[in-house]
Amino acid sequence: MTSYRLQTGGLIDRQTPVSFTFDGKRMLGFEGDSLASALLANGRQLIGRSFKYHRPRGILTAGSAEPNALMTIGRGGRTEANTRATMQELYQGLEAKSQSRWPSLEFDIGALNTLLSPFLGAGFYYKTFMWPAPLWEKLYEPFIRKAAGLGKATYEADPDTYEKCWAHCDLLIIGSGPTGIAAALTSGRSGARVILVDEHSASGGSLLSETASIGDVSASVFVQQAMDELHSLSNVQILTRTTAFGWYDGNVFGAVERVQKQVALPNVALPVERLWRIVAKKALLASGAEERPLVFGGNDIPGVMMATAMRTYLNRYGVAPGKDVAIFTTNNSGYALANDLEARGIVPVAIIDSRPDGNSAYAGKARVINGAFVSDAHGGKALSSVSIFKSGIAETIKVDALAMSGGFSPVIHLACHRGGKPIWSDEQSAFLAPNGLKGMELAGAVATTVGIAACLEDGANRAAALIEGLGFKTSPASFGTVERDIVSPAAKPVWNIPGIKGKAFVDYQNDVHREDLGIAVQEGYGHVELAKRYTTNGMATDQGKLSNVNAIGLLAQARGVSPAEVGTTTFRPFYTPVSFGALTGAYHGEHFQPVRKSPLHGWAKKNGAIFVETGLWYRSSWFTRDGETTWRESVDREVRNVRVNAGLCDVSMLGKIEICGKDAAEFLNRVYSNAFLKLPVGKARYGLMLREDGMIYDDGTTSRLSEQRFFMTTTTAYAAGVMNHLEFCAQALWPDLDVHIASSTDQWAQMAVAGPKARLILQTVVDEDISNEAFPFLGAKEVSLFGGQLHGRLLRISFSGELAFELAVPASYGESVADALMEAGRNHGIQPYGVEALSVLRIEKGHVTHNEINGTVVPADLGFGKMVSSTKGDFIGKAMVAREGLTSSERPQLVGVIPLDPNTSFRSGSHILEKNAAARLENDQGYVTSSAFSPHLRSTIGLALVKRGSERHDEEVMIWNGIRNEFTPGRLCNPVFVDPENEKLHV
Amino acid sequence: MASLVPCPHCGARPKEEFTIKGAALARPTPDAGTEAWMDYVYLRDNPRGLYEEYWHHTSGCRRWLVVTRDTATHDIEHSRDVALSQLTDIRP
Amino acid sequence: MRYSALSLLLNGLRGNKTWLPAWRQPEPKPHYDVIIVGGGGHGLATAYYLAKEFGVTNVAVLEKGYIGSGNVGRNTTIIRSNYLLEGNNPFYELSMKLWEGLEQDFNFNAMVSQRGVLNLFHSDAQRDAYTRRGNAMRLHGVDADLLDRAAVRQMLPFLDYDNARFPIQGGLLQKRGGTVRHDAVAWGYARGADMRGVDIIQNCEVTCIRHQNGVVTGVETTKGFIGCGKLGLAAAGNSSRVAEMAGLKLPIESHVLQAFVSEGLKPFINGVVTFGAGHFYVSQSDKGGLVFGGDIDGYNSYAQRGNLATVEHVAEAGKAMIPSLSRVRVLRSWGGIMDMSMDGSPIIDRTHLDNLYLNAGWCYGGFKATPASGFCFAHLLARGTPQETATAFRLDRFTRGLMLDEKGQGAQPNLH
Repeated sequence: MTSYRLQTGGLIDRQTPVSFTFDGKRMLGFEGDSLASALLANGRQLIGRSFKYHRPRGILTAGSAEPNALMTIGRGGRTEANTRATMQELYQGLEAKSQSRWPSLEFDIGALNTLLSPFLGAGFYYKTFMWPAPLWEKLYEPFIRKAAGLGKATYEADPDTYEKCWAHCDLLIIGSGPTGIAAALTSGRSGARVILVDEHSASGGSLLSETASIGDVSASVFVQQAMDELHSLSNVQILTRTTAFGWYDGNVFGAVERVQKQVALPNVALPVERLWRIVAKKALLASGAEERPLVFGGNDIPGVMMATAMRTYLNRYGVAPGKDVAIFTTNNSGYALANDLEARGIVPVAIIDSRPDGNSAYAGKARVINGAFVSDAHGGKALSSVSIFKSGIAETIKVDALAMSGGFSPVIHLACHRGGKPIWSDEQSAFLAPNGLKGMELAGAVATTVGIAACLEDGANRAAALIEGLGFKTSPASFGTVERDIVSPAAKPVWNIPGIKGKAFVDYQNDVHREDLGIAVQEGYGHVELAKRYTTNGMATDQGKLSNVNAIGLLAQARGVSPAEVGTTTFRPFYTPVSFGALTGAYHGEHFQPVRKSPLHGWAKKNGAIFVETGLWYRSSWFTRDGETTWRESVDREVRNVRVNAGLCDVSMLGKIEICGKDAAEFLNRVYSNAFLKLPVGKARYGLMLREDGMIYDDGTTSRLSEQRFFMTTTTAYAAGVMNHLEFCAQALWPDLDVHIASSTDQWAQMAVAGPKARLILQTVVDEDISNEAFPFLGAKEVSLFGGQLHGRLLRISFSGELAFELAVPASYGESVADALMEAGRNHGIQPYGVEALSVLRIEKGHVTHNEINGTVVPADLGFGKMVSSTKGDFIGKAMVAREGLTSSERPQLVGVIPLDPNTSFRSGSHILEKNAAARLENDQGYVTSSAFSPHLRSTIGLALVKRGSERHDEEVMIWNGIRNEFTPGRLCNPVFVDPENEKLHV
Repeated sequence: MASLVPCPHCGARPKEEFTIKGAALARPTPDAGTEAWMDYVYLRDNPRGLYEEYWHHTSGCRRWLVVTRDTATHDIEHSRDVALSQLTDIRP
Repeated sequence: MRYSALSLLLNGLRGNKTWLPAWRQPEPKPHYDVIIVGGGGHGLATAYYLAKEFGVTNVAVLEKGYIGSGNVGRNTTIIRSNYLLEGNNPFYELSMKLWEGLEQDFNFNAMVSQRGVLNLFHSDAQRDAYTRRGNAMRLHGVDADLLDRAAVRQMLPFLDYDNARFPIQGGLLQKRGGTVRHDAVAWGYARGADMRGVDIIQNCEVTCIRHQNGVVTGVETTKGFIGCGKLGLAAAGNSSRVAEMAGLKLPIESHVLQAFVSEGLKPFINGVVTFGAGHFYVSQSDKGGLVFGGDIDGYNSYAQRGNLATVEHVAEAGKAMIPSLSRVRVLRSWGGIMDMSMDGSPIIDRTHLDNLYLNAGWCYGGFKATPASGFCFAHLLARGTPQETATAFRLDRFTRGLMLDEKGQGAQPNLH
């Protein structure tokens, strides 16, 4: 006989049948079923196979600790492997598939592993598969990997959405069983902000499986009434289907809400899961206790189930586990089940109680065998009988279901997430939460309170105390009398059951059985952490919720010490596994990172820009024209046009910082390595910013707009970093300086107008005289535009080496000004140019960027030795820049590099070798930092950092790009390829 | 680590809003000598316990703070605005 | 006892009752020629090579907890030798070569699996940086291949090529990179060292380093005073604390790095893949779990636990790289304490005290370095001179301005 649905009872809606499939077979359940209860109701007990031995497995629990009933549900991008059938609510059309079996669940080839099990004990793989060595990767490992894993992940993207949010509360209550409900009522009535979370689909916890009554009503009606009241309180937020998975510092809890995991087709307006970060002034952990399995032979055969789980299926789902049910218990939990079974007409065939005195209060009809053990369960894909061991006498009883209860472990996981170690209690036969938790208290079964009445009281009292501590006035909620309360005090644990013949499993999913733990101890892996790592006990998807305490008990006995001495492994997040989707929220795909667009983005776009991701920015890379088929054609044209006519380039992404105050000049003098104190008003200066270790941090120009006002530009990549750095200098290092700093990157649209005709074009929009005499190279001033309609800043600086200006205008005017300049320049041949052309132009001119400023160069390496002031008293980097390693003549220095044959080419990242040197690392001379095709020289050119480079101009070298098999004879040269005398800058 | 960091200006704010620089050490004078500068730039007490660090409230008030934090428990004892506290020292 | 298929068979037939302990549980002797502080991967490897390669067998490894309880027991198991700088690259390649023969050498299957390490790049600048790195590797005879987008796509069809914020352009592949079963490395070295006479003493915390006239003489421990000829510190994560006992202040900060494992899945990711547009790297274990991680949390810490914000960042980057991870569930997160050095590179050197030697500062790269670190530290301890691939890992390199900064981030550990 198998499990079946009873005619009546349960909190299911028998008017609403729900159709679903399991391994392709259509089945019916009811609204309110879990996938597990529906399978049981359909008589389905074999639901999966184990990982190593492929043993037939059944449903063991009714909750999140389930190690066996893992299934793949959904299809396409919604495919979800390893879903716990016990936690998955049934929905119309749900498709579930079993895992870890081939070719089918009923007939699984992998089950042959059982025959080899004597040779597959703990850690067997560490002792073999070593010869011959190449076979590990060619044969053994592929074979192991083929067998590895549980469910199969999809390759398809998830079509659904996720979100994240913060919540703040006075009291977070975790768990909505009797303790949590009493706490919520108590605190909710006080007006405090309360959040009540529960991992299950409905509030009520164990009360939903209870046959007790509270006051005059059944437990489930009590829950309904309490929840109605809580829902009516606007200060109480109730989150069901929400698992608090981690307790983090600052009393922040991570929780995940399964918003739409119980529906076939999610509403697109809602996420399927929501990540909560809950900031709680206080938290009350009311997570209850987890029943422990017993370790006897065949304790994994389908039909063996936890006693409380069997009770839940019976009472909440109206599902009977079988006709001939036996109960193996070490405590009174088994008797609660016996009473409930009897009430539903199923008198247990036997109650096997490990205690010599059993439970004298039991008045039911079942045969009770005290002082006895189930040594073995028998059966293959279904349970057929159990062997009972009592004082050396064995008896076998035919059964089709067996419930077991080895006592209870408080669910203390969250309480241990912040470093506290659990404490073993002999009295409770359990590990209890660490002492002295900050911000968290425990109540109810997790604090070893037993019985509904006691939990209600404990929850109410503890919540009242916590809330009063926060300044709220309240009194503990009180409740009516509890009838048929089950008070199951802790009983002596039974680790080693006598008379076992079969395999007795400790960790079901990982197939760790008790002999494995014995081997671990024997071989020196007896420390609980080593035993875990050696046997894999506790490393399955349930993270040892059912197995760890039994393993500790067995280790303790094998080592001859107490469980306290063995101790636990570390409880770490996540309490139950959390999806990438939930942790990610909306930040994936194109929304992985925010997008920054220049105020000139629209201008660039309408001019045909091809954009490229640069940090968060989209920058215009080049501007395609009709007839151009390759990017190089466009870039070459843009470069030539700048050198011949004029070009307009969007440089708005440069960091822009306003620096004002009486001491602004002194401040700049300290943050730059070169002098800034005497920079005249109306002038710009190139500046080098070092780190304290003497390396160059960033470069840029800073202009003095008035005596106490400066305008700094930084590189795009380091804009944010430089801003933070300047604030650090101003606030932490020199708070006595009168200086004020503000980022204005987003406030200005900035465009470079470069080329021989730049002045002609600019003069049409700039009101002031910008002739060479009136506004010479490195001039910087605020200008009036369009006859005074607009004001901007004009800098006469050049990255290209041509006559060039940078014009900054308020961001919102950027596009119109760029349009006007394009219009004004039309007859002068102006063209937009992008960062690719900008890069070619600067390489031609030998200007450096962060390709060269790579974090390991000092100013002298780049030929900026003179920019390290020897006269200034102090500046960032001064103290460290003179160390021997940073002044060595062997250091890499900036050089130019060209191919000997202009028809050949090379790439950035190539290394430089001496002409005839062997390609060995010790012969490495440096590398190409930047390279481009120069239309000006009609050759590829590059910049390189080469040992003693400045002395080696004209040396022939090998430009070595072994990774692409490109070897280009080249020559080192002056890094300035265009206008080395800087004549063009001053026209 | 503290998921929330107390900012003297903004109150408790998520850690993600901050940038951490590291040990809150006093910058030596320019002529303090090699040893003092080595100590400042490279050597760290790295204590297990209370530690003073520079944190920048980057996505908030943009002030640099000295955060006193326990490296073993992650508890934050205190935070102060570095400039304001120094100025107070200078001009009580 | 030698491990082999035959030993499995014979012991299996005897009901697995005849396995011998993998290592002894000795009480400390009063004096050793060499004491290693720290029974992690590096400390055990040092002891192993001291005994096996340098003939120094009167050695004790002192471990305050259980062996392998530090970072060798909580890392993401990656091995690679894709280093850039001349001071680093040959050392890590030595390590790779040692990995390649390790299991036969110490008779323990640590599942050294060279399934490849692929670093994705998403921009021209990253491509150029990887070209430079790949060439540096090639120059030292290390395997390196530059893959274009199509080749990456063929290898890993499930990455996001079409909707990505930072489209994948290609990747730098080291085929000989891969993963190793991390705990087994500690166990293999421990067993190999023990077999050769090394005493591995667990639950023995060093509380004081004794020295006289500038010469180290021994250590006070929770099991009493133990004298030594030479003392080697290999206590990553706690290096500053241990060094402080000898009055030594290090260029090191302790930081927490988190790592993660997902529920078991049928293997679909063969090697190691690192994302270039965010902090995320992943491999899949022989058990089926995705093993992954990201950046350090960013603050000094001795608590082996991390921050939720970092967890989220890692997951975001993961799903950005592999959209179909969305419904994969993360099983467990953990945190390890890293010795983050001031230039991102390690230290293997003598110290200001005679007979005191330091092995520290491995940042998050310590696991892959285990064999070479042990070998080179053993070399230094036994011969007094640095092994030829480890000459740059000097303690005075900061004073002298000879930093080994692969990332160019300078003296700020949380940026390395």
